[in-house]
Amino acid sequence: MKRRSLFLNTTAIMGFVFLYAPIISLIVYSFNKSKLVTVWGGWSLKWYTELFNNQQIIDAALVSFKIALVSASLAVVLGTMAGFVLSRMGRFRGKMILSGWITAPLVMPEVITGLSLLLLFVAMEGMFGWPSGRGTGTIIIAHTTFCMAYVAVIVQSRLASIDETLEEAAMDLGAKPSTLFFLVTLPLIAPALISGWLLSFTLSLDDLVIASFVSGPGNSTLPMVIFSKVRLGVTPEVNALATIMIAIVALGVLAAMYQMRRQTKLLSNHE
Amino acid sequence: MSVSTGAAWIDKSASGMAKYNIFRSVNWGRLGVIAVPALWLGVFFFIPFLVVFKISLSESAIAIPPYTAIFEWDLEEAYATFKLNLGNYFYLIEDDFYLDAYINSVKIAAVSTFFALIVGFPVAYLIARSKPSTRVVLLALVILPFWTSFLLRVYAWMGFLKKNGVVNEFLLSIGIIDQPLVMLQTDFAVYIGIVYTYLPFMILPLYTALEKMDLTLLEAAEDLGARPLQSFFMITLPLAVPGIIAGCILVFIPAVGEFVIPALLGGSDTLMIGRVLWDEFFLNRDWPMASAVAIVMLVVLVLPIMLIRNAQGKEEAHS
Repeated sequence: MKRRSLFLNTTAIMGFVFLYAPIISLIVYSFNKSKLVTVWGGWSLKWYTELFNNQQIIDAALVSFKIALVSASLAVVLGTMAGFVLSRMGRFRGKMILSGWITAPLVMPEVITGLSLLLLFVAMEGMFGWPSGRGTGTIIIAHTTFCMAYVAVIVQSRLASIDETLEEAAMDLGAKPSTLFFLVTLPLIAPALISGWLLSFTLSLDDLVIASFVSGPGNSTLPMVIFSKVRLGVTPEVNALATIMIAIVALGVLAAMYQMRRQTKLLSNHE
Repeated sequence: MSVSTGAAWIDKSASGMAKYNIFRSVNWGRLGVIAVPALWLGVFFFIPFLVVFKISLSESAIAIPPYTAIFEWDLEEAYATFKLNLGNYFYLIEDDFYLDAYINSVKIAAVSTFFALIVGFPVAYLIARSKPSTRVVLLALVILPFWTSFLLRVYAWMGFLKKNGVVNEFLLSIGIIDQPLVMLQTDFAVYIGIVYTYLPFMILPLYTALEKMDLTLLEAAEDLGARPLQSFFMITLPLAVPGIIAGCILVFIPAVGEFVIPALLGGSDTLMIGRVLWDEFFLNRDWPMASAVAIVMLVVLVLPIMLIRNAQGKEEAHS
């Protein structure tokens, strides 16, 4: 029994090393003084200064942030509705098809989603003159469409886990459906909406393939700029950028964990 | 179960509202909640596939947009033509290049999925069997990379695997090799990249399955004289099968259509269908051919997609 768990622990630890070693080496090399990416020349913040002086990267980051903010918010609204369709709307004609549409974007290869949306936008422009040209707007539509699937699934599982008697009690007390939603259900599913929004935001910020298909000239997002830089090889500026992004995410996840732990503690204290 | 309680919810709200005689407004609200996502997905998810299918049946042309119309009519001249072009599909079948790309994508995806299972299982097992407080930390460690940029994680491997990268420097310094290994721009790097980026998708369903397992079964087996390895293969593994299937499909499907990983880590000879589609579209500007490649890729993926949807449906029925 003991030996098996030793073997298991070793392999599992190797699994974690596999997950983190490349990220850690990337962070370390972002502080490398040497211009040669692989030769260690001592600690330096030089690549961070260069990063903040790179107007192309700053502009692309702003475009990406704007797109991510709008699409995450739209995705939360539409995804919440879709989550309700999946779990609270009972049966109706076409539900099978609609729930297929809701979850299918999760497993659709990005190249297909990107190509199909681009061809749609081109066809629509030919027929109705809208959207005229492609750019931030078309990227927002594309990102909203695939992010709402993630939100829908998160909201659905949250709805399945909350106590339905609370909603029933509110209805017995005469709450209108809208009152019921805003005063009872919405506060209950708020954590799901927050994590859905955050997930959508990061997915949108990270998307290269779909944005490449549906963007227009002069609308490069951050991943598009990064991709065109790293395609030719490792660049220290991108290491610095990656370190900053990883640090932000790590802080966010740690904060969320801390919050969750505190809540669990509070709950267990009550018991 | 969720369906019946959902129906009860609707019935209740309907009967509760009936006395205020705003029954219609209740229905409007319900209709709106269904119609808005349905319309959005219909226009931006479903119709695009029809457009792709239509364009896959047209011919490439030097025009804007770069394809011919399938159906043309002119009322004044009183003519209408309708021509379907199956040429793209014939070309897909005849040219070994495309066939190889499909086979290679499925092969690379399947092998990577297998290795993701081998790497992911011990991790999921360890997490499921650890104390609840450690469990939260370990789960967060698995999910954390998933929240960081996918593109940057793939990029991290470029610095790790290249000729004078971290792995080669390390192996050279401890004297295992005298010449740097060529790892970047090979299929090997693509396997690593896929296993690495999709590992959380494998670990999480495995963890869910293993965590639900009733541990008294193992005690019972031990009391009856089963050796640890025996009870692992006869109890733990069969009970983890739903997690294994879900994890494998969640890794396999995106891996087949992957573009970024073969583009950054693979060599120029690493044929994968996502990359072929990308080149067909961005380099050759052959939109009809790219559409045909997409349609055939969908056909290849329909079976695993149906499987995962079925599994999800069952999961819901259970809970």
